[in-house]
Amino acid sequence: MTENTMPHPGEALLAEGLNGFVDDWSADKQTFQVHWGKAMMWIFLLSDTFIFSVFLTSYMTVRMSTTVPWPVPSEVFALTIFGNHIPLILIAIMTFILISSSGTMAMAVNFGYRKDRKTTALLIAATAAFGASFVGLQVFEWSKLIIDEGVRPWGNPMGAAQFGSCFFMITGFHGLHVSVGVIYLSTVAFKVYRGDFDKSGSYEAVEIAGLYWHFVDLVWVFIFALFYLW
Amino acid sequence: MESAEDQQHPISLYLKIWFLLFVLSACSYLVDYIGFQGYLRWTLILIFMFLKAGFIMAVFMHMAYERLALACAIITPPSVILVLIALMALEANYTFITRLIFFSS
Repeated sequence: MTENTMPHPGEALLAEGLNGFVDDWSADKQTFQVHWGKAMMWIFLLSDTFIFSVFLTSYMTVRMSTTVPWPVPSEVFALTIFGNHIPLILIAIMTFILISSSGTMAMAVNFGYRKDRKTTALLIAATAAFGASFVGLQVFEWSKLIIDEGVRPWGNPMGAAQFGSCFFMITGFHGLHVSVGVIYLSTVAFKVYRGDFDKSGSYEAVEIAGLYWHFVDLVWVFIFALFYLW
Repeated sequence: MESAEDQQHPISLYLKIWFLLFVLSACSYLVDYIGFQGYLRWTLILIFMFLKAGFIMAVFMHMAYERLALACAIITPPSVILVLIALMALEANYTFITRLIFFSS
């Protein structure tokens, strides 16, 4: 099958389906019909999926096997705002910030393919700003837990000792991903603004950065559900 | 090779999914706020979690618009994690019972 007879991917859901799958693997040529950077980013995200899965599985193991009651996340992460005691509110705010940043990133990718340089740069910068505020709230969350509540990786006053080690390991590694993402996105936003991708004619780099950022949000979905809500 | 015009979707699609993600997040927060417990809580949490993850993967990460070869290469390998989860759940259960028998005074 030559390039011009092949319908463009991205127009239909899972273009060509099973026939395309067989063609891609049996045509004795490059299998994945995407920019190499995109394929490599997906492979990297796949390996990252395994790291986070193993963290969450080990968390499940220690939580199931302890005979000491697990601290109630709903209460641990409650805040008193204007005299109202609201359970888990800090984490809810962080979740909404990350969802918002995913939205602006998706829009940035879209405007990138429309070759709208300024809007794209602005949306990526907004995404990075949302990410930075997420990290800021996480710093607040950590310091509150360490200083006010006395949570340590080896123990805490609320219940099972494993709570602290799981919490710092999982949210710490996720926070590291967000921080790296903020730096990554700032770089891409700068390059977009400078007009690098107008010169090269391809905004693919924006979509690749977007993949990384959406993955960070994706991981948070799992952490939020399994660690904070369970 | 894909050309730059490939992932052209109307802005309204992204806005709809964005809104949907907000609603789903609010729903999962409400599960905690209302205070559902037991199997109802766990089922709701997992449903909202998989729905959110699915929408992010499919639309925001454009997985639904990639060719099947790429989608399979990325989505099938993590399924082996289910085996790890099953094994570790058995192991954790065994450890829990052992602790109850030998360490409870």
